[in-house]
Amino acid sequence: MAEFLPSGIQLAYLTAVGLFILGLKRMSSPATARQGNILGAVGMLLAVGATLLDQHILNYTYLAVGLAIGSALGVWIAYGVAMTDMPQMVGFLNGLGGLASSLVAVGEYWRLTHSGTDIPIVVGISILLSVLIGNVTFTGSMVAFAKLQGILPGTPIKFVGQQWVNGALLVGFVLGSGWLLFQPDLWIFLTINLIALVVGILLVVPIGGGDMPVVISLLNSFSGLAGSAAGFVVMNNILIVAGALVGASGLILTQIMCKAMNRSLLNVLFSGFGSVTAEGAATEQSQGTVRQIDAEEAAMIMGYARSVVIVPGYGMAVAQAQHAVRELAEALEKLGVDVKYAIHPVAGRMPGHMNVLLAEANVPYSQLYDMEDINPQFPYVDVALVIGANDVVNPSARTAKDSPIYGMPILEVDRAKHTIVIKRGMNKGFAGVENELFFKERTMMLFGNAKETVMALTNALKELQG
Amino acid sequence: MEGLISALFVFVLASFAGFEIINKVPPTLHTPLMSGSNAISGISLIGALLVASSTENLTLATILGFIAVIAATVNVVGGFLVTDRMLEMFKKKEG
Repeated sequence: MAEFLPSGIQLAYLTAVGLFILGLKRMSSPATARQGNILGAVGMLLAVGATLLDQHILNYTYLAVGLAIGSALGVWIAYGVAMTDMPQMVGFLNGLGGLASSLVAVGEYWRLTHSGTDIPIVVGISILLSVLIGNVTFTGSMVAFAKLQGILPGTPIKFVGQQWVNGALLVGFVLGSGWLLFQPDLWIFLTINLIALVVGILLVVPIGGGDMPVVISLLNSFSGLAGSAAGFVVMNNILIVAGALVGASGLILTQIMCKAMNRSLLNVLFSGFGSVTAEGAATEQSQGTVRQIDAEEAAMIMGYARSVVIVPGYGMAVAQAQHAVRELAEALEKLGVDVKYAIHPVAGRMPGHMNVLLAEANVPYSQLYDMEDINPQFPYVDVALVIGANDVVNPSARTAKDSPIYGMPILEVDRAKHTIVIKRGMNKGFAGVENELFFKERTMMLFGNAKETVMALTNALKELQG
Repeated sequence: MEGLISALFVFVLASFAGFEIINKVPPTLHTPLMSGSNAISGISLIGALLVASSTENLTLATILGFIAVIAATVNVVGGFLVTDRMLEMFKKKEG
């Protein structure tokens, strides 16, 4: 029996890997996504169950306690979080994954050095990689979490010589690693850990809120790679495969997000977007007058339109206005108006952020349109209603070559017959550029908090119904 | 060394499989995909379990392993549940 157990465990791992792959595959279609997620969870349960049968496990008490505490916290967080807070939730969980991978490597390092055996160079390299990626994922994700949660300012934080500091840290990491491979030393090992933690912080600190979709995706990819690296440390295939799958999926999302902003990953990570725009903004002032309207006028225009396209942005998420928006759409539909939603791929703070919020508010998907599908329709749209979005609808992305957002694909709301923009004030968007949309002849500004303004619009529409 | 090579094979092939499987996910599902795959990346829980119980008495390794078990379990349980919560919302309006 004892001889069959190890291969039994391996077979269980193989099955679990199969379930992960099937699960991820099913996550790519709305109809099967929920089932896919459950398959993934079953795979994980199977893998954990099989591991507990391993004969190398010598002490069950800590495991039981750890699993119980972790599960309780997991359930509490998962059911307690508001949908608008989903980006920071994902960031936080990501960070924990990175932390776990790195701790596995540190624990293994300590065990090996104290068992008196030499650490094979291959294992040494795996441990160091796992520490680097795991720690960077951990602190990077926690900084992203703090920025999204508002604990740290969402604007880029930069200081002079930041690149040099980063470079020096990396050189330190490589040198220390080289030393450790030949001469194990606890203090150098701890220093290296510290360096990796600081690198994670410095990597994310200079990145502003609007670039978060890219960073969150990239950290997601890292958390997978960290798991893979930990797999190389304990030489376990299931960690390697599952980590690689997640690494790949995170990378794909990162690519999609970068493409949606027409910027390269390096540019996102190192340009500190939005921090150096003072000159650009100064030259772009006095572009004309802004036409301001109130909720009643806006309701009149929309109520008598044939088609309205709603363009939500981060402002809608901040104001938690998704339910109010749905009610507005329903009021419009009662008046016979055709309502659609146009979703920019990087609207919000994480990939698919707007979709999740609108789903929470019960907006049918058939009404949600991607950028490529809706853009050709804008010239035939009577009213484009922009709610808390800014840079993703800025027409200077098409025309102004010197603009930092030049070349970014945008939702072409300025081509609609009328554009109504709900905004708190004339503040610039995340990119720090003036939005020429606001000064166009066909644009009307409706100032106010997204939720209150949308509710006022809905009430005004209801009066139209009489 | 042989073990490393076959582990590298597994890693490379799994990465290619990942790219193939996940390509073409509609934008609506980007968030759930991310939080679901995030839960899968909590697989380091397996490594954590092994490290946390590698000796019978309490050592630094087992303490670190213990913390890793908690962190990874939160990642796994929280990740799968929150993804399920999201996907449930996506589903209910189909009927």
